[in-house]
Amino acid sequence: MQEMDIVDIVSFRDVSKIYRMGEVEVTALGDVSLDIPQGAFTALVGPSGSGKTTALNLIGCLDRPTRGEVTVAGRSVGRMGRSEGAAFRGENLGFVFQDFNLLPVLTVYENVEYPLLMIRNLPADKRRPAVERVLSAVDMGSQAGKYPAQLSGGQKQRVAIARALVGEPILVLADEPTANLDGATAHKVVELMKRMRDEFGTTFVFSTHDPRIMDQAEVTFHLEDGRLIQGLQTAGEGTI
Amino acid sequence: MIKVLRLAMKNLLRTKRRTLLTGLLIAVGVVAVIMFTGLSGSFQRAIVGQITDSVISHIQVHRKGYMASVDNLPLDRMIPPGAYGKLADILSRADGVEAFSPRIKFGAMLSNYAQTTTVRLNGVDPEKARQVVPLLSSRVKGAVRGDTLLKKGEILLPETVARGMGIKTGDTVVVVANNKDGSVNGMTFEVAGVVESLMGPGGRDGYLHIEEAAALLRMEAPEISEVAVRIKNFEQVPAVEERLRTSLGAITNKQNTPLFEIHSWDRLTPFYNVVRMIDIMTLGIKVILIAVVLISVLNVMMMSVYERVREIGTLAAMGTRPGQIMALFVAEGFCLGLAGAFAGAAVGLGALRVLRMTGVDVAFGGANQVFTLAPAVEPGEVISACLTVLGVSILAGLQPAAKAARLEPVDALRHV
Repeated sequence: MQEMDIVDIVSFRDVSKIYRMGEVEVTALGDVSLDIPQGAFTALVGPSGSGKTTALNLIGCLDRPTRGEVTVAGRSVGRMGRSEGAAFRGENLGFVFQDFNLLPVLTVYENVEYPLLMIRNLPADKRRPAVERVLSAVDMGSQAGKYPAQLSGGQKQRVAIARALVGEPILVLADEPTANLDGATAHKVVELMKRMRDEFGTTFVFSTHDPRIMDQAEVTFHLEDGRLIQGLQTAGEGTI
Repeated sequence: MIKVLRLAMKNLLRTKRRTLLTGLLIAVGVVAVIMFTGLSGSFQRAIVGQITDSVISHIQVHRKGYMASVDNLPLDRMIPPGAYGKLADILSRADGVEAFSPRIKFGAMLSNYAQTTTVRLNGVDPEKARQVVPLLSSRVKGAVRGDTLLKKGEILLPETVARGMGIKTGDTVVVVANNKDGSVNGMTFEVAGVVESLMGPGGRDGYLHIEEAAALLRMEAPEISEVAVRIKNFEQVPAVEERLRTSLGAITNKQNTPLFEIHSWDRLTPFYNVVRMIDIMTLGIKVILIAVVLISVLNVMMMSVYERVREIGTLAAMGTRPGQIMALFVAEGFCLGLAGAFAGAAVGLGALRVLRMTGVDVAFGGANQVFTLAPAVEPGEVISACLTVLGVSILAGLQPAAKAARLEPVDALRHV
């Protein structure tokens, strides 16, 4: 994990993302500026098409802004090359996806082990305790030998969270992590992410349009039509 | 690398039926190459062996210009006794030469007192002939004197002539021949045996003792039509031929041009074209194998990339570098090729072993010559086939793998 000495882990400065579809330009994000405090359990909320996923993609170096600057952990990530971006993600970020995106040919254990084995190239004696620790933390230790197809949706998402956390990233990005889960399971998953934030000290940024889990966030940004319509809002407080 | 291969194997096994079918296709290709190489190789060896060991030997030396009218069996282009002495001296001292045998070849009239026909005859030294064409005696039917091919006063007749005239072993025949001056001479011979026919030059010739051939042709000293030369190691024929060409080039006639011409077996028999054709067919089978592997692996890998676009996006999002993603897919192609090559090599070698144990009978030159082939393949051929499969598998996997590596993570994750 990278040593941090900053307050805001993510900063957007006048960030725009415009997609060109033939002759038509679609503004996914327009002149957005925001700061996400380190350690905050942060939600990007808004209806479909509001720009939440685009914002997460920009934070995760999966996409490049058309204009503006995106800074993550003090590094400008908007113009990183593909290999540089991959290296940065592997070292600093974890991802949780709406569809879980577990590798179907790997067991629960192997899925969680993947970032340490294939990306960090850690030896087995360092991988095993790390994998066992996160699996235990998400209460999936007893399911380590199972394949994703043998798990429920909630279990899959817990494995995905464990995979995102196993490399001890500074930031976990979760795109609609509860969209494919029932209400009770969604609530549990959000609770789990929050607990992991507390246990691992990792900043969580997730997108959602589910009003049931928006309330769980400590910091919320409201997006609509690619615009930030409500800036940093902390739980129990008004807009800052 | 091991971890990449392990993951590649797991990915291949997620579509077991497709992987199995593709692997089988590759294996069948490898089996075909091994079987064809083994069978055609042993066929070539058997046929070339039969032709060189029973008729033409490995190398022949003639007087310059003889081969241009070889079909006429010219008696005016013989190697004179003095020149033969020099030639024999060179051959007896040459490295790699096992034995050599002079021949007097001529055309004659053959009569059994009831019918007359033409016949091509070879005057040979029986002992030397046995050394340069050791399988000649195996073509003689009715030979009754063990290792001795023939003695003076005896003749071996070609099967076609003997059958046509109803001549049997032990019969007496008259041979009448013109010498190079046109005078005629005749001698009687006892038929010591009948020589089975064989394709190619000399395959339908009769044999008599060289001294009697010289006497029949009224030669004061034997003049030689050709000298058949057997080489110790068949693989060394071109090298020995080249050395002999150099040595014999020094012997010139009065016009200061070389007295001798030298030819190796491949330029003496049209069967060499069949050998080359078999080589070309073997190459064709290998090209088909390459095409099979290329198309099947390319197809599988392209489908694999197409089906796993979101997964590729996930790997990229987690921090897997483009080069690693490429390596994963190349490794899948490699594993597919490896499995197919190993399976094919095992089955191919097993099948060749069975054929080797049972033997494969092949008729050559009509029904007279039946060879029992013992198919075998050089280890280098098997390794070459396997390495070709592996190389082509990697090559076929490169394009889909590069496509996977080039996918933008954000687009790949959005893929439905």
